[in-house]
Amino acid sequence: MIVSFTVNGEERIANVSGPESLLTVLREELGLPGSKNACEQGECGSCAVVLDGAVVTSCLVMAADCEGSEVTTVEGIGSDRELHAVQQALLDHGAVQCGFCTPGFVVTAAHLFEENPHPSSDEIKEALSGNICRCTGYGAIARALEELAEGTA
Amino acid sequence: MEITRPTSLSEALDARAQDPGADLLAGGTDLMVEVNFGLAKPEHVIALRRIDEIGEVEDRRIGAGVTWARLEESDHRALAQLSRTVGSPQIRAAGTIGGNIGTASPAGDGLPWLAAVDAEIEVASQARGTRRLRWDEFFTGVKRNALEPDEVIVAAVLPERVPSNQHFAKIGQRSAMVISTVSAVVVRDDDGSVRVALGSVAPTPIRALAAEQLINENPQPTDEVLAEFARTVSAEVTPITDHRSTESYRRHAAGVLARRLLERCLAS
Ligand SMILES: Cc1cc2nc3c(=O)[nH]c(=O)nc-3n(C[C@H](O)[C@H](O)[C@H](O)COP(=O)(O)OP(=O)(O)OC[C@H]3O[C@@H](n4cnc5c(N)ncnc54)[C@H](O)[C@@H]3O)c2cc1C
Ligand code: FES
Ligand code: FES
Repeated sequence: MIVSFTVNGEERIANVSGPESLLTVLREELGLPGSKNACEQGECGSCAVVLDGAVVTSCLVMAADCEGSEVTTVEGIGSDRELHAVQQALLDHGAVQCGFCTPGFVVTAAHLFEENPHPSSDEIKEALSGNICRCTGYGAIARALEELAEGTA
Repeated sequence: MEITRPTSLSEALDARAQDPGADLLAGGTDLMVEVNFGLAKPEHVIALRRIDEIGEVEDRRIGAGVTWARLEESDHRALAQLSRTVGSPQIRAAGTIGGNIGTASPAGDGLPWLAAVDAEIEVASQARGTRRLRWDEFFTGVKRNALEPDEVIVAAVLPERVPSNQHFAKIGQRSAMVISTVSAVVVRDDDGSVRVALGSVAPTPIRALAAEQLINENPQPTDEVLAEFARTVSAEVTPITDHRSTESYRRHAAGVLARRLLERCLAS
């Protein structure tokens, strides 16, 4: 079946045969491997995308149900020439180790800052509570985003 | 696989009538886990998220398609509290109360609240129209409910008056993204009567009726009555031992949690 939807501002068409996830279609059909596949059960957030205005885990979105939807993946945040402020903050604070979780953190945090440019420390932690990092211990990630929220990053 | 994406309830009921074997899809946070692990292989999916009629919160109705993210803002305090504990922000943005009711997991965090306020579940089919079942008629066992193959869950319907003094809490292994080991809701009415509902301690959500009775007879409970209340709750539940916890811990925790919530109600 043909599913057409908007990804990072572009009209895209995907050939979907079964109940596969949006994550699978982004990575394997649409050449967008930025969203990472780690748990496939909604637990880690490494596959986070913005779907119709809300951050969701794309591993739990049925691709066939995305007809007419608008999706933003990590590839749609910042550009090669200019990083998004969240990306720059994570870079400046050394908040990336293996980097596997980073796309999910970037998508989730960028959406948070779009909705609320000065989130409190608690709001940052709450927004990121569905994103698991196996390496950094979160300290650097939290510091990067807290400074960004205070406008001192 | 085939997918139908109705934009009205009548279209959905039509699709359901034509193919009662089809799988309903709301936020996908239960169904897609099964798909990803090869446990569900849907051949025909009826996707419900475009149906406005089931996506509204009204006075006494909570549409099946309403997400936890929206219910975090509910005026019903315990409903807002429990909604904030479901999964993570990403899960709450997608997952719906109708999906929670449809899955009917003993650990479904929305279910003890529905039990505590004596909600009805409204379901509809093309052949028989609308019917309402009390929560205890609807939930029939572990991941079992009374929905017929041609029906769709439309809404949770609340009684005319829902006391505003209500609290929810759950116990799990950490604070984010955790399936309840025990969950509880206590609702206290202005006349001092209470309703006590628990999750994860029986095949379905349950009410602790003997414990309710004890407080209804002692609306200003002393410490001894509160201790008796906790023991009564522990005696009324029928938990099991599984990979998340043991029967005896759950029994103990159910009493402790219910007492704590009752004390919160008494203090507010
Ligand atoms: C990481 C993670 C964490 C979670 N944490 C929690 C938690 O803390 N507490 C909790 O209670 N749950 C939790 N869940 C489970 C799940 O998110 C909830 O049960 C949620 O409410 C399911 O809603 P949904 O819309 O995503 O359901 P779906 O997956 O779309 O559907 C679930 C089932 O209900 C049926 N269904 C859906 N809508 C209807 C309808 N209108 N009529 C008839 N049948 C219908 C479907 O056919 C399916 O069988 C978690 C899940 C994940 C993946
Ligand atoms: S891969 Fe989707 S949440 Fe982990
Ligand atoms: S940097 Fe390795 S998982 Fe987060």
